[in-house]
Amino acid sequence: MTAMLEMRNVSKSFAGVQALRDVNFSVHAGQIHALVGENGAGKSTLMKVLSGVYPHGSYEGTIIFEGEERRFRDINDSEALGIIIIHQELALIPLMSIAENIFLSHPPSKLGVIDRDEVYRRTRELLAQVGLKESPDTLITDLGVGKQQLVEIAKALSKRVRMLILDEPTASLNEADSAALLERLMVFREQGIGSILISHKLNEVAKVADHITVLRDGRTVDSIDCHAEPIQEDRIIRSMVNRDMAHRFPERSVKIGEPVLDVANWSVYHPVHPERQVIKNVNFGVRRGEVVGIAGLMGAGRTEFAMSLFGRSWGTNISGSLRLEGREMALPSVAAAIDAGLAYVTEDRKQLGLILADDVRKNITLASLDQVAPGRVIDDIAELKVASDYRSRMRIRCSDVYQETGQLSGGNQQKVVLSKWLMTDPKVLILDEPTRGIDVGAKYEIYCIINELAEAGRGVVVISSEMPELLGICDRICVMNDGAFVGEFKGAEATQEKIMRAIMRNERSIGNAAPAAAEMGGSQP
Amino acid sequence: MTDKTVSLPEERRHGSFIKNNLRNYGMLMSLVAIMLFFQVVTGGTLLQPLNLTNLVLQNSYIVIMALGMLLVIVTGHIDLSVGSVAGFIGAVAAVLMVTYKVDYTLAFIACLLVGAAIGAAQGYWVAYFKIPSFIVTLAGMLVFKGLALAVLQGQSLGPFPPTFQKLSSGFIPELLPEAGTLHPTSMLIGAVLALGLVYASAKGRSREQSHGIEVEPYAFFLGKSILLACAVLYFTYLIASHRGLPNVLVIMTALIALYGFVTRRTVIGRQIYAVGGNAKAASLSGIKTERLTFLTFVNMGALAALAGLVFAARLNTATPKAGLGFELDVIAACFIGGASAYGGVGRVGGAVVGAMIMGVMNNGMSILGIGIDYQQVIKGLVLLGAVCIDVYNQRR
Repeated sequence: MTAMLEMRNVSKSFAGVQALRDVNFSVHAGQIHALVGENGAGKSTLMKVLSGVYPHGSYEGTIIFEGEERRFRDINDSEALGIIIIHQELALIPLMSIAENIFLSHPPSKLGVIDRDEVYRRTRELLAQVGLKESPDTLITDLGVGKQQLVEIAKALSKRVRMLILDEPTASLNEADSAALLERLMVFREQGIGSILISHKLNEVAKVADHITVLRDGRTVDSIDCHAEPIQEDRIIRSMVNRDMAHRFPERSVKIGEPVLDVANWSVYHPVHPERQVIKNVNFGVRRGEVVGIAGLMGAGRTEFAMSLFGRSWGTNISGSLRLEGREMALPSVAAAIDAGLAYVTEDRKQLGLILADDVRKNITLASLDQVAPGRVIDDIAELKVASDYRSRMRIRCSDVYQETGQLSGGNQQKVVLSKWLMTDPKVLILDEPTRGIDVGAKYEIYCIINELAEAGRGVVVISSEMPELLGICDRICVMNDGAFVGEFKGAEATQEKIMRAIMRNERSIGNAAPAAAEMGGSQP
Repeated sequence: MTDKTVSLPEERRHGSFIKNNLRNYGMLMSLVAIMLFFQVVTGGTLLQPLNLTNLVLQNSYIVIMALGMLLVIVTGHIDLSVGSVAGFIGAVAAVLMVTYKVDYTLAFIACLLVGAAIGAAQGYWVAYFKIPSFIVTLAGMLVFKGLALAVLQGQSLGPFPPTFQKLSSGFIPELLPEAGTLHPTSMLIGAVLALGLVYASAKGRSREQSHGIEVEPYAFFLGKSILLACAVLYFTYLIASHRGLPNVLVIMTALIALYGFVTRRTVIGRQIYAVGGNAKAASLSGIKTERLTFLTFVNMGALAALAGLVFAARLNTATPKAGLGFELDVIAACFIGGASAYGGVGRVGGAVVGAMIMGVMNNGMSILGIGIDYQQVIKGLVLLGAVCIDVYNQRR
């Protein structure tokens, strides 16, 4: 049997960062091919190369589809051949009906007038095919996420589908919806459609996949034929995470003191869907001089947890107790949280952390203007001195503190954000993905800063999706999944496999054993 | 002569300073160019003392409102209601002072408070209910235009008490013996102002120098100071040779200085820019973004009220048509002055220069006898051109 799709020696790099290296990947007709790997392993990049989001010429290697070499200029080229990608973030227009969404780009029409009868007839057919019992008139916004996913698939089927790519389709679905979706995939397999399934949920992968490819750091590291050999979960996990520690971590003398932050029975609900509990009665603590990591996959609730602590800047109906240095604190606003000695360095420095059009100086002093403004009037010389001081201490590379922050590199921007929060003199710093999008050298500098903070007796919480980073810098690692802590390891004992296993075990048990997992999590040291 | 922190070769430093200053003072130089142009083509009428005094009086209310509008635009919003609010306040002032004979001081304060309350009402919807300011103030524009008509019952109402008229048509009293047509008190104030400005910038410069901060080259500083002092002195001389400094110019100058200081040097000013630059980042830095947005609208309301009073005092009557279309001139002034429609960027000086560019063009074209039709066309094109240049500069 020859492959329907073959990707040969595909390499792709972004501004010096190698995202894919010599990846070989093939899918047969009527095959479900699972693609697994950590966040940032290159799965999405590979799929974007395949679907033409990255046009021919921007990557190396060849794509052979149905026997011919293909050079896609954009996503329309790949769609024309029946390669349809369904993204994790759904691309539906909420205030349009199911029918309007399905036939958004090519509605059946006569002389330019949309043929409504035909639209409805075909929509009903497609909805029956994906097993969705809804009227074509229903607005997308009135559907749950699971049903929206099915509409996306119906939309894909309205075109000629030869190969369906699903990027974590069940990430936001409940057990029943996930099962229904996987059923659907198996029906498509019968019809000879090839599918690529990107998923973190190994139990699902084990259920439906014919073949599994594991990506790590942009390379294919394992390829498993599920019919030839039994699926060993441990083998997959090991392949996913086992890498040589490419970058080193600075040494630190650890001196852990009394608890500084103590959170108990913390629970947070979604701001838009107030019935959804996002953080499920968790306990969490940091001591002076301690670096605590929070591991987990995207969407595990780590950022939501951190932001809800930081002056309730995320979520609604927040309950639980928060103690700073033993004192119970209410912290109803960000200003109160800052005053109390809490700092949160956001994962999205461009959107949430910096005012890019403003200069370095203004960004550094923004959260603590009172320190340089006696009587609410800014002493510009004092401000300049403070800013210059941080500039040299943090080794921010800029022409001077009047340079626009938008012009700095990612690493230097991050140092500006860190300076801003250091200036507030926090007792506890929560760093959310502090090294995302930063080159290796700047990463090392950020690790040094984290060490200095801990040595100065502050409590540091690091949220990161890069497990080696957590292993390299943390004294303790808590694993979060689905809004609860599902494991906790001492820095020395933790391994990537243990962490990944804690997440995967929990992924499998979500739905029937979530309360038990919540009890397990976050026990105090 | 030059300071100790020199780190670059002299020519390069001069070069970079010229470049930076070109960007900073580009609009100011456009104003000068436009003034020179009209001075020449009108055969010297533009800068005649009488015309210059009129120019100030005609544009004072636009400048006053531009100060408030700049803050609104910097937070990323817009206020379309200012013209109607100014007209409405003029009507309220007339009813209070003419119909009910209320004391002018009391009426003046009451009008400012009503203006602030109107701003608060609109700001509440924008800041706390997150209704787009365009819609809220569009509604406000209709409401207050209608209310002005209702309050005046469709009629003009006047005249105002003479003391109130002095707000717009008065000049500062002459305390010194007159020397020909020149008003020495005004001249003296101008001279003190010029010296004060030069002294303040010299002091700031030496303070920065004493802290080892790199400052502009001495030659530049000297040139700039001399130019500034001469411009102030020449302007005062022209004004002083007509009837002296108009009261409204004194009010305007004080307001410009106050708002310039607030935006550049105070915590609240800095925070307003932060809200406009990135509201989410600002709020995660502990800034109360909603309250600041609310306050900028309150401020705008009060300034619109002041402008309405100035305008009513100038016409010496309140008419239902007062304030019609003011909002467009005010908004245009801010954008010509370099404010960004996306928020976070804009300077008080820029907005004032923008207002003066509009004013000089109105005045100059009227002297030339260009009809109101083509005046509008030319003003529109200038607005578009100014913003295009700005966008182009920022992309570079």
